[in-house]
Amino acid sequence: MAEVLVYVDHVDGAVRKPTLELLTLARRVGEPVAVALGGGAGDTAATLAEHGAVKVLTHEAAEYADYLVVPKVDALQAAVAAVSPAAVLVPSSAEGKEIAARLALRLGSGVITDAVDLEAGDEGPVATQSVFAAAFTTKSRVSKGTPVITVKPNSAAVEAAPAAGAVEALSVTFSAAATGTKVTSRTPRESTGRPELTEAAIVVSGGRGVNGAENFAIIEALADSLGAAVGASRAAVDAGWYPHTNQVGQTGKSVSPQLYIASGISGAIQHRAGMQTSKTIVAINKDAEAPIFELVDYGVVGDLFDVVPQLTEEVKTRKG
Amino acid sequence: MSLRIVVTVKYVPDATGDRHFADDLTVDRDDVDGLLSELDEYAVEQALQISENSDDDVEVTVLTVGPVDAKDALRKALSMGADKAIHVEDDDLHGTDAIGTSLVLAKAVEKAGYDLVVSGMASTDGTMGVVPALLAERLGVPQVTLLSEVSVEGGVVKGRRDGDSATEQLEASLPAVVSVTDQSGEARYPSFKGIMAAKKKPVQSWDLSDLDIDEDEVGLENAYTVVESATERPARTAGTIVKDEGEGGKQLAEFLAGQKFI
Ligand SMILES: Cc1cc2nc3c(=O)[nH]c(=O)nc-3n(C[C@H](O)[C@H](O)[C@H](O)COP(=O)(O)OP(=O)(O)OC[C@H]3O[C@@H](n4cnc5c(N)ncnc54)[C@H](O)[C@@H]3O)c2cc1C
Ligand SMILES: Cc1cc2nc3c(=O)[nH]c(=O)nc-3n(C[C@H](O)[C@H](O)[C@H](O)COP(=O)(O)OP(=O)(O)OC[C@H]3O[C@@H](n4cnc5c(N)ncnc54)[C@H](O)[C@@H]3O)c2cc1C
Repeated sequence: MAEVLVYVDHVDGAVRKPTLELLTLARRVGEPVAVALGGGAGDTAATLAEHGAVKVLTHEAAEYADYLVVPKVDALQAAVAAVSPAAVLVPSSAEGKEIAARLALRLGSGVITDAVDLEAGDEGPVATQSVFAAAFTTKSRVSKGTPVITVKPNSAAVEAAPAAGAVEALSVTFSAAATGTKVTSRTPRESTGRPELTEAAIVVSGGRGVNGAENFAIIEALADSLGAAVGASRAAVDAGWYPHTNQVGQTGKSVSPQLYIASGISGAIQHRAGMQTSKTIVAINKDAEAPIFELVDYGVVGDLFDVVPQLTEEVKTRKG
Repeated sequence: MSLRIVVTVKYVPDATGDRHFADDLTVDRDDVDGLLSELDEYAVEQALQISENSDDDVEVTVLTVGPVDAKDALRKALSMGADKAIHVEDDDLHGTDAIGTSLVLAKAVEKAGYDLVVSGMASTDGTMGVVPALLAERLGVPQVTLLSEVSVEGGVVKGRRDGDSATEQLEASLPAVVSVTDQSGEARYPSFKGIMAAKKKPVQSWDLSDLDIDEDEVGLENAYTVVESATERPARTAGTIVKDEGEGGKQLAEFLAGQKFI
């Protein structure tokens, strides 16, 4: 069976969930071979093996942290040369997409970004994309070279599928371009203790209707009662009420949780672009005409300052 | 010293319109009004600010690859304050994918001459966010992408990139490709004077032969990716909507419990 390379997104050896989802999808098209780079790369092997990686190619070097993107492209290119895979899968983060695109160009291949599903096809893997703010679903494939495809978080279930996960050192020679863009400093984001926005099963978001940074506490309280991540509309972010890293939408994160709760958000097309594929959508808005209500499974027309705290209390009571 | 900046700007269908696909599964550009991709306004803005903050002699050229109407996008950028424009236009470009688009842009940028390329973070139609990285790869220059802050001084570009897990400060020597996010600062509105001045600014048109690109390197037939189908997402079935009369939160909790979320 053909091998499929899976680029591993990890933080010091802790594998992030979207990579485990990729291993599920990779098994539909071939045998997953994982590529883990940078500090802690070797520590990823056990988790990757549990989820179906037959092999884990690792390479640690300071370049991955000290320079932007290109060293990772060099390494993936070396992995492709070593394995001749049927496809390369990369998580759809901003960096993942840049890595994938540059790799595809070097391989003389096409690139597909932001796939939400992947199937084996007669002429190679077929990717499903959700486009035009999720108004259309397309099926596409790469027609030249080794398909390079990036996949959005929450596109597949994480499945355990024990495999050998044999660790092999990957040999990488960095290109002249590798040291072109220096990372002169890095400030890690402080953890809130809440789930990662793009990976969360439930997202609770607030918009302009929340009306002030201090009021986001009621959104956070609801999120915490449900074990959810907190999101925000761009209006709330631009007003400085919540960090940009929590923005949901076209220029923020795109989320696809089981449940999305929007409070005080009108539902502009750019916001919808980032949340329309959520499985269940709930909105609280005092304007019955707000476009968000076109999307909802359940909507409450009302003041969020009444509805949200009452909901939070009720969730807490029911959870005991 | 002089600094040549090329800003890549895309002409896209208005996202608030009813966008859909044509029979050949490319974007139907006739049915919805086009405009300068809003995210490229941020690129024009940052290029103009770099120019205004520089002691050097700076020239800002805006570049688009697109159909006849894409001139509108160039006019908008010129009225914001760019100095001149280049329009790459050729019937054989119809249906070009990201790999092909980056080839055309790279050839055009090289022909124009550049020290710095400034792009948007993503287009508002394809929304891939890959063209700046592809351009850097093709041009063999550093990519300094997804910046929320950018500055150029003494032949070095610096910027801040807000990533998923960290904020990074980046630095590279020119020539380089930069892309900026919508966090980089509001784009200016064209002034009346700017709009009048734009009418007199030069817009050059190049076709594939001007760029030494073969017709079999671009276009739908030669794309590296194939769209096999595009289907409209079924409208969501109308949900339940209740008016809060004091019990809205409890009713919502009941719904969530029924769906096994609580
Ligand atoms: C290029 C571009 C990219 C963009 N990217 C994004 C993006 O990534 N994400 C994003 O969100 N937006 C994005 N936008 C902005 C988008 O167009 C909207 O402006 C934004 O989503 C509006 O945010 P909002 O819904 O919070 O605010 P508004 O549209 O002002 O809506 C506020 C809502 O709150 C309701 N409300 C007010 N008070 C209360 C109350 N007490 N109780 C209940 N309801 C109340 C109001 O009825 C209203 O419906 C982008 C725009 C552009 C041009
Ligand atoms: C819904 C949809 C999905 C698509 N999916 C794919 C896919 O998976 N793979 C693929 O290869 N192609 C795909 N395409 C085609 C692709 O969008 C175009 O080839 C496009 O010109 C380049 O990608 P982008 O628009 O996503 O640009 P992005 O990479 O998002 O654009 C970033 C920046 O590059 C610059 N730029 C991009 N295009 C131009 C241009 N024509 N002129 C000037 N500057 C420009 C702008 O500064 C822009 O802000 C898709 C198109 C659509 C409409």
